[in-house]
Amino acid sequence: MEPLIHVTGRGVPLDRPNVDTDQIIPAAWLKNTTRTGYADGLFEQWRQDPGFVLNRPERAGAAILVSGPNFGCGSSREHAPWALHEWGFRAVIAPGFADIFRNNMPNAGLVPVWCEPAAAAALMAATTADATAEISINVAERTVTCEAAGVRAAPFRLDDDARDRLVSGLTQLEVTLRAADRITAFERARAPWLDVSA
Amino acid sequence: MTRKTLVDKIWDLHVVEPGAADLIYIDLHLLHEVSSPQAFAGLREAGRPVRRPALAVATSDHDVPTDGRELPSDAGAAKQLQVLTDNCRDNDIELHPMGSPGQGIVHVIGPQMGLTRPGTTIVCGDSHTATHGAFGAIAFGIGTSEIEHVLATQTLRARRPESMAVTVTGELPPGATAKDLALGILAAGGTDAGTGTLIEFRGPAVRALSMEGRMTLCNMAVEMGARSGLVAPDETTFAYLKGRPRAPRGELWDQAVAEWRTLCSDPDAVFGRELVFDAGSLVPRVTWGTNPGQSVPVDGVVPDPADRADPGERAAAERALAYMGLRPGTPMREVGIDVVFIGSCTNSRIEDLRAAADVLRGRRVADGVRGLVVPGSMLVRHLAEQEGLDRVFTAAGFEWRMPGCSMCVGINGDTVAPGQRCASTSNRNFEGRQGAGARTHLVSPATAAATAVAGRFATPADL
Repeated sequence: MEPLIHVTGRGVPLDRPNVDTDQIIPAAWLKNTTRTGYADGLFEQWRQDPGFVLNRPERAGAAILVSGPNFGCGSSREHAPWALHEWGFRAVIAPGFADIFRNNMPNAGLVPVWCEPAAAAALMAATTADATAEISINVAERTVTCEAAGVRAAPFRLDDDARDRLVSGLTQLEVTLRAADRITAFERARAPWLDVSA
Repeated sequence: MTRKTLVDKIWDLHVVEPGAADLIYIDLHLLHEVSSPQAFAGLREAGRPVRRPALAVATSDHDVPTDGRELPSDAGAAKQLQVLTDNCRDNDIELHPMGSPGQGIVHVIGPQMGLTRPGTTIVCGDSHTATHGAFGAIAFGIGTSEIEHVLATQTLRARRPESMAVTVTGELPPGATAKDLALGILAAGGTDAGTGTLIEFRGPAVRALSMEGRMTLCNMAVEMGARSGLVAPDETTFAYLKGRPRAPRGELWDQAVAEWRTLCSDPDAVFGRELVFDAGSLVPRVTWGTNPGQSVPVDGVVPDPADRADPGERAAAERALAYMGLRPGTPMREVGIDVVFIGSCTNSRIEDLRAAADVLRGRRVADGVRGLVVPGSMLVRHLAEQEGLDRVFTAAGFEWRMPGCSMCVGINGDTVAPGQRCASTSNRNFEGRQGAGARTHLVSPATAAATAVAGRFATPADL
């Protein structure tokens, strides 16, 4: 994985609460057996509307999606963060994420930027008003800055584990394989009543 | 004297290595054709083996046809089914493929086999893995990268979830079901009340639920924003499990039950969040909007977005009504429907089918209404046929289908046409969930059956 220490770019406002994974990538796209090939499916239904924010030429090339609370609710499909990543996003800013989606994001090379509601609202307003407004996310420090929004080094929530992996570029699996001996020891000591194969 | 929640007790049994995120051991890994291909491919590319194939069980459910078993729904489905078959064969993983007697929705077959057990950790690349929490297991959905992680290491890195108590007081009145309870809690708490938590459902109304009712309730914990839900095991749990093909037997059964009896939150355990819900006044409910928190009693009317104080919520409600083609103030009983879907991991077990059949016996679906019953598994289908439920459904004008996720997720071609309205026993009423432009209303199996007969939203008491 590419280390993600800083994400800097323009923000796209998607001012809706409860953006669910069926909107991010509709189920028909889940027939693919690959990790790529999902960009065309991103917000497929909403993009039918020519006025939808992602269809506007001035929004092309933005790296950061700014949205409402409970972003990513619904299914566990990792195809959803894959689609966002393939479109070109590297971070989503929201005043709250659904658990499974938030957990999947770093594995797909996306930073979940869980802001305080006031900062999230300011970023939404600024990116709505100005398509050129630049946002800078410091993953290592867990802060977000946007001069146009008057947001300077505002802290955001990001679990230590997720932060460390994003910054290092290591996958969870690479980290865990170092603990193989611990797993073996745990298995030897495991209570028989927990063994469903017994 | 400890002060642990049930979640903490189960979690502590599984910590391999504590850390910023704990490394926890996974007792059961369930697999299906849609979320696993890329995980197996990742292992193959890295030359890594599956660490514990005996702790994984696979089936095909999301992308199987329900109108027959001869051919996959399309070329994409054919490939997914073949890839799952190849991956299971190459890695020595038990598979219940399309056409086999053990096939079914992954969250229906785990419990029916006796694999879903108290105190265990269960994961699957599907958010409704929460269903298994009904047995007092920590069970949650994971992404494809995590599937690869579990296959390679039989562990997962995860933060210890905060425990949330949802205490259901009182007694469910006749006519109100576990599904209505889930929708009622969602309407009261919202779709993000449980974010970051694992919900323990407790209280007398939860204790009184059957295992299948508990599965329906835990299934929808994920719609409350929680990673999962669970219910402490009790005699109802043990009675359900005893004698199941893969449940422990003999001495091992006695040992297991002795351990299972210790699995409850301590009396003075501290929950990070609490919600109390009174079941006593619960009535059958129906969703009107595009998230599962947007429901009213079947007796109720479509709400007016103007009544919402929060501008964001008001805009979302307006958007939902525009999508759903509904006007504020319309009585739900006057809203006509085109399709009725009885199925999904929420409501496709034998008790669900019995409840629907009880309403449909001697009745017919209204003119122009298409009804589908999709049993949760081949075993459920077989049991229902032994009881003659299939004949009740077909005599009433319903299609009696083969098991799968079907119209809940709409991958396999079972979809609702644009602009059509569906009364569905599934779990999500998101825009386009049942097909582009489809309008989904979540209800219980009994309400779905009554609605099919009336042609508009109705409860069995209305017929």
